[in-house]
Amino acid sequence: MAEQLDLRDDVVAVPLRHPWRWISGGIATALLLSFIWAVFSAKSIQHDIVTKFLLDPRILIGMGVTVGVTVVCMFIATILATLLAVMKLSDNPLKRWLATGFIEFFRGTPLLLQIVFWGYLGIIFPQLILGVPYTEIVFLSGKTSDLIPAIVAGIIALSLNEAAYSAEIVRAGILAVDGGQVEAAKSLGMSSPYTMRRIVLPQAMRVIIPPMGNEFIGMLKNTSLLQVIAVAELYTAASTISSANLAQIELLMVSGFWYLVMTTVLGFPQRALERRYGRGFEVVGGRSAPRAFKVGKR
Amino acid sequence: MAKLMVDARNVRKSYGPNQVLNGMSLTVEQGEVLCIIGPSGSGKSTFLRCLNHLESINGGRIYVNDELMGYRQVGNVLHELKPQDIAKQRQSIGMVFQRFNLFPHMTALQNVIEAPIGVAGIDPELAKKQGLELLAQVGLQDKGEHYPAQLSGGQQQRVAIARALAMKPKLMLFDEPTSALDPELVGDVLDVMKNLAKAGMTMIVVTHEMGFAREVADKVVFIDKGIIVEQGKPKQVLDNPQEARTKAFLNKVL
Repeated sequence: MAEQLDLRDDVVAVPLRHPWRWISGGIATALLLSFIWAVFSAKSIQHDIVTKFLLDPRILIGMGVTVGVTVVCMFIATILATLLAVMKLSDNPLKRWLATGFIEFFRGTPLLLQIVFWGYLGIIFPQLILGVPYTEIVFLSGKTSDLIPAIVAGIIALSLNEAAYSAEIVRAGILAVDGGQVEAAKSLGMSSPYTMRRIVLPQAMRVIIPPMGNEFIGMLKNTSLLQVIAVAELYTAASTISSANLAQIELLMVSGFWYLVMTTVLGFPQRALERRYGRGFEVVGGRSAPRAFKVGKR
Repeated sequence: MAKLMVDARNVRKSYGPNQVLNGMSLTVEQGEVLCIIGPSGSGKSTFLRCLNHLESINGGRIYVNDELMGYRQVGNVLHELKPQDIAKQRQSIGMVFQRFNLFPHMTALQNVIEAPIGVAGIDPELAKKQGLELLAQVGLQDKGEHYPAQLSGGQQQRVAIARALAMKPKLMLFDEPTSALDPELVGDVLDVMKNLAKAGMTMIVVTHEMGFAREVADKVVFIDKGIIVEQGKPKQVLDNPQEARTKAFLNKVL
């Protein structure tokens, strides 16, 4: 009976306490602060040079090239990746083999090697001719180095390589969509391409976006490899300046700072996209869906 | 005799060495409600999925609305149609699944109007108006803006019925439509189906709901091991079965 409640039963419950979290967190913060202090107090680093070149026009133009190349490459790579993923899931064995071959080839060789290869294309094929073979019809012809300048070679190299990696991400996303969805779409008379476009891919996006955010950040940083074929992106701009004034560390800090800013800013559109494609999946009465795995306190 | 909506002749289907349908023949007239009952693994769902060619068949013929389903006959051989031709045939056959299979990234109304707009090419405004009417017909006029995850199982299944009806099908296939529902939600879905039957829709229902079969069906078919064991009026099959296998099955479920 509630009225005859024994006072010994009237106890308070407290959640598990975590003293080690505070202690380990304190140690980590102290280490981090001392590292930052070491960098800023180092006599060998001329901080005035860092601040002077932070907004240097050459650095800012380099950043523009980095962002431009990244966006163009990811755009091309995403389209190619979707095509490759669909091909790899096709019933047609020829399409499957082609896609698998492409993916294996571009994942299996170093990115740096691929960039140099595209950069040196002009040495292998000095002339490029686009036309109908064995006829006089020529749409386009010229010196390879004119038709494919370094920046285009770099974009080709990064896009093809990225497409190979992203294809597997897109394929995983497509496979994550329940088979019943395709059956329902078929039963309504939808064609396969329509089903892919309107039913499967929008649902696959939920699974695709987080790893693609990773790829985007990876791409942003990999554009620095284009230095080897002299594309004037951020890292190339910084190293050109430092080879003149010999302030290598300072200019590494300048470019490092801007890479960090750019990758941080990229997180915002990713979260917006995740919300957009998470619609219909999150709620039952405003609560977020239960997570199978939770780390730390809520 | 009324027009035949479904005419299945000696349909055979196997998965490798496993023969699932061993020559199934049955007919459904326009406006008739046919209930298919039988133990699990008897081939009843497979047969239903053959009717709209979600499964290919290995022999026999299926005519839906006088059209040979999924194939083109040349001499003695059936050649499978191109995917776009099969898609066209499926437009006049609605299907409702055990697990609803609503599109989770679309609201209830978007689920209903997606195919009419995208496949049948109906004007979006008109499709929306008709979609809302269909949702009202299944008792969900105020749930159009809800996503499937925000609806109960029974509500989801009713949206799925509205979605299938939106293509104005001549035949509706139901694959155990209430088997995934909580018991208290089954009634709402069955009521919608009863109304549909009253309105004259031709329906084939694979079900374990013997009460529904007794009340609504014009004909009940008992299937076991890929063949029709017994068929007839619900009273006849359910209350006075002639075959030992039918009796054994009904003893277990009733």
